Amino acid sequence: MISLAGRDILHAWGKFIFTGVGLGLLIGVTLTMAGVYRGMVDDGKVLLDNSGADLWVVQKDTLGPYAESSSIPDDLWRSIRTMPGVAEAVNVTYLTMQVVKGSKDVRAMVVGITAGEAGTPGWPPQLVAGRQITRSHYEAVADIATGFQLGDVLKIRRNHYTVVGLTRRMVSSSGDPMVFIPLKDAQEAQFLKDNDAILMQRRRTEANPAFNRPGVPGLLDAVIASQTSNSSVNAVLVRIQPEFSQKEVAEPIRRWKRLTVYDRAQMESILVGKLIATSAKQIGMFLVILALVSAAIVAFIIYTLTMDKIREIAVLKLIGTRNRTIAWMILQQALVLGVIGFVVGKISATFAAPLFPKYVLLTPADSVLGFFAVLAICVLSSIVAIRMALKVDPAEAIGG
Amino acid sequence: MAGKGIHIEGLSKRYGEGDTAVLALKDVNMHVAPGEVVGLIGPSGSGKSTLLKCLGAVIDPTAGRMVLGDEVIFDGGWKVRDLRALRRDKIGFVFQAPYLIPFLDVTDNVALLPMLAGMPNDEARTRALELLTALDVQHRAKAMPSQLSGGEQQRVAIARGLVNRPPVILADEPTAPLDSVRAMAVIRILNDMAQRFQTAVIVVTHDEKIIPTFKRIYHIRDGITHEEVGEGRRFD
Repeated sequence: MISLAGRDILHAWGKFIFTGVGLGLLIGVTLTMAGVYRGMVDDGKVLLDNSGADLWVVQKDTLGPYAESSSIPDDLWRSIRTMPGVAEAVNVTYLTMQVVKGSKDVRAMVVGITAGEAGTPGWPPQLVAGRQITRSHYEAVADIATGFQLGDVLKIRRNHYTVVGLTRRMVSSSGDPMVFIPLKDAQEAQFLKDNDAILMQRRRTEANPAFNRPGVPGLLDAVIASQTSNSSVNAVLVRIQPEFSQKEVAEPIRRWKRLTVYDRAQMESILVGKLIATSAKQIGMFLVILALVSAAIVAFIIYTLTMDKIREIAVLKLIGTRNRTIAWMILQQALVLGVIGFVVGKISATFAAPLFPKYVLLTPADSVLGFFAVLAICVLSSIVAIRMALKVDPAEAIGG
Repeated sequence: MAGKGIHIEGLSKRYGEGDTAVLALKDVNMHVAPGEVVGLIGPSGSGKSTLLKCLGAVIDPTAGRMVLGDEVIFDGGWKVRDLRALRRDKIGFVFQAPYLIPFLDVTDNVALLPMLAGMPNDEARTRALELLTALDVQHRAKAMPSQLSGGEQQRVAIARGLVNRPPVILADEPTAPLDSVRAMAVIRILNDMAQRFQTAVIVVTHDEKIIPTFKRIYHIRDGITHEEVGEGRRFD
């Protein structure tokens, strides 16, 4: 038996190809949206992977340092380092801000890292060019997504930093590329005020009789010094010794240091479940809408193609074609349309993904799922046309 | 009398129920022998199409008896379980417009029926080509319907009606869209094929040009048929 659907498609190939391309672009957008979501999740996981930490010690009752602000004293790491099972404990600061280079600025997450070497928690695990930070001030390592080059001079607040190294896929949970600078510089950047603000603060302090007592020399200078320095960090990153479990190390820190400690699973659930939950819902809604629009388009096209053949279908039924043969013909056409659409969509999404400002991760699993979803949508969309075709009375082929 | 061809006794068809019921066919009797071509004529609304639909097993008669070849197909109710297979294997249709399948070439338009009946594609195409040759359209075997003239399309439609060697062909105004020369050619072909394949042919027509060619004519008016001997003129 010849393939009626195949012959019809070959006969009207232009209609199928153009419709398939149109549908494909829609499917491409759908796949890209799914890729944006996957990219957000991956950004979160990469952030945790690259931190090199097993535990995150943050301000009590906060979801810091990524989902909420957290502030803890910068000397706390010493006592945490002495806790049982702790192999390394280092301070870290995170601050998302505009980093200026010449006339352009880039939104980036500025990470303050403590002195150490490659492999220290918080440090970029690998570089694609240049070297790690070796000086205690005014050097930076930047993700290549910032667009900065080795030797570029960046401005963060009032200070200038020279890019000495470049890294890759070091991003915040919202996809902003990271710029690593020494911890002290980062602490200053978080709280450093402009000159006018500092002068006004000094005047206020001088005018305050509690801080400017005639009989207590040196008090005013001490107060002013404390106001212009920052001794807080956002978190302490802890790497544990291999023979200890995360829970064994985390629990004593929670109890004795009165801090909140998150392990990897908890931090991942904060990032994925809370930080990007709203975005995920938004994308989910888009996916549902796009799926409905795709279904409506396929249904409309298949319905129209079937309507165009209504007299031929009546003739086919009159001359003895079985209902299932006619239904299969319509279903095959819907499936072919879906396959053309998926192929076009997959190609367009693959080529478009690198052009998006945020990371778009197209996973094979999503593609397989998308393929079967498209087929399911096509099957469902063809139901209306099949019902209509099966209702056609063969007597319509006979005049009168 | 039964035998080959098609035999109809007391066929009735009523549409609707109660006060709104319309009796479209009233006690129709008809017999067409194998190899015979008869005309079925009547004004609009006389019941021609209803009779054709009953004969074509696309609507259910209300009462009566129909014998196709040696098989009783209707006797107060359908005696055949699969009406679709009955239409496919035992009844050939030729329509006012050819209604060829636009996405199949000429050969496959004709070969589709035997393929639907389960015949292998090659065998079905061979049979289709034989018929196309008999109807003198074999040179258009690979053409698409849209590339054929009206007369060629109608010949292909006749080939399709004949391809399963049905005992009866129902032709619904097959010459309506054609000029008199082509109309006569179609009637000649139907007569030739009826003789060649011993098929009973019923031609529903309004066409004054072809009416004199029938040897027997059934007039239908208000659902009642009257048989009349026709002139049986030569087609040329």
